[in-house]
Amino acid sequence: MGAIYIDPVIRRATVNRDECVECYACFNGLSQEHLNPTVVRTMRKVFAMLRLRFEPEPDVCPTAAFTPEDLTWPRVVRRAFSDPRVPHESTGVEGRGTEEVKTNDVSGRVVAGEVGFTIEFGRPGVGVWFRDIDKATRRLAAAKVPFEKKNPVTTLLKNVETGEIREDILDEKIMSAIVEIKVPVSRTEEIVRLVWEIEKEVDTVVVLGVGARCEADGDETEVLTILERLGYRPQRAKTNIGLGRITNKGAEPVRRPESVGAR
Amino acid sequence: MTNTLHRFGDAKSFDDDFVIFAIASRGKNDEDALPRLKKFLQMAIPFGPVNLGDARNGGSLRPCKSMNPTSHWDRDYKPDFQAVVDGLTHMTTVAAVFDSRVKAEDFVKKVKEADLGLSINISTSVEGADQCCHAAGIPRHSVGYSLGFEGKTGKLPNEQVLTVMTMCGHGMVAQSLAKKMIDWVKEGRRTPEQAATYMQRFCSCGVFNPVRAARVIKEAAAGHQH
Repeated sequence: MGAIYIDPVIRRATVNRDECVECYACFNGLSQEHLNPTVVRTMRKVFAMLRLRFEPEPDVCPTAAFTPEDLTWPRVVRRAFSDPRVPHESTGVEGRGTEEVKTNDVSGRVVAGEVGFTIEFGRPGVGVWFRDIDKATRRLAAAKVPFEKKNPVTTLLKNVETGEIREDILDEKIMSAIVEIKVPVSRTEEIVRLVWEIEKEVDTVVVLGVGARCEADGDETEVLTILERLGYRPQRAKTNIGLGRITNKGAEPVRRPESVGAR
Repeated sequence: MTNTLHRFGDAKSFDDDFVIFAIASRGKNDEDALPRLKKFLQMAIPFGPVNLGDARNGGSLRPCKSMNPTSHWDRDYKPDFQAVVDGLTHMTTVAAVFDSRVKAEDFVKKVKEADLGLSINISTSVEGADQCCHAAGIPRHSVGYSLGFEGKTGKLPNEQVLTVMTMCGHGMVAQSLAKKMIDWVKEGRRTPEQAATYMQRFCSCGVFNPVRAARVIKEAAAGHQH
């Protein structure tokens, strides 16, 4: 993200708050020593004067300089979509996505004849502003595409019929966000072509995930054939091997999850 | 979240990358899921994973919040798999990462026998997952294809950096760190294996594959182009 840089004027590490997506990787990912900052700076200056290269472990913050701050709305949205460890309760928004086909064997989210799309903006490591996601959700809503109800982006839509995202978060930048939709297989090509159009309008990277139910023998050719016709040769996939079963007492058998917006 | 799906590389580059994860579904099979998730992790250890993790607490190598300056010369680079099992306290996604198809196949067979009732997914090449299912005699239930990165791809780093950094799908491995580690190995300042561990510690769910990372870093440092 490049949010942390050495300010040439004060010659100290500084966080660019516009670019920072509040992923907390600096705080959570770095190991910490708790050395005196004055001593550390003095040592570095001495080494520099002697033209010696100071080469500590690269994942250690010697002074434990990073301190998490209490975020308030709307900035807290950045953390909800950037820090995978964030307690979801703080925002009411549950992470960046849902269980999608990962639990399809017990949820029945995507059944035969359907295709589930995860359209992720900002990944890998580029980030995305909500104003760009707003452009995408409006285009999808205009195409009468229903949004996955439990998806975090859907919860931030002001109007699911128009795809408008609430205005107070449009100037927030996040690590990435996943828009989830589900359509009949017959609309697969239309959706892919629509995403290609959206990609021209947003200032970030996009990655598509396409989920499908396999046939009884484990084959999946219906959706793959369409993707190949569109020029894709999927190299990697997440494969649900179907070992899940309903074990909760009183749980209903496979239920069709809800979508919202156009049908 | 699709934190293991969109790794960069062609199918061949996933020959040493098999992420097998277990997840319970809310309201369907989450009651008493914690001991079953723990069992999944514990069962993985004898099969020789290269990483093990849970989405709340991290992987088998974690950052230390109270390091001593002497540890720069005496740092422990060994993964602690049992700590991952013992540290699982909440229901979440758990994962085991393997560096060979044979290990992955054997583990999938074991998971099938254990009949945990949890949803089990394999994240690797399309063919690799199909072969694991075939070896265990399981037809695939559902598949989620990754179609690769599109849009303003000019904002992305080179392929080798991209290959390494996308092994943390949550984006916790910065491209600048991945690039720096490749440079350090190129300059002989760290081994590929050491460089991989620095990045592994940033991955907050334990799906980073240090063996694949070390291989890619080694190739990059040797000047091989992808």
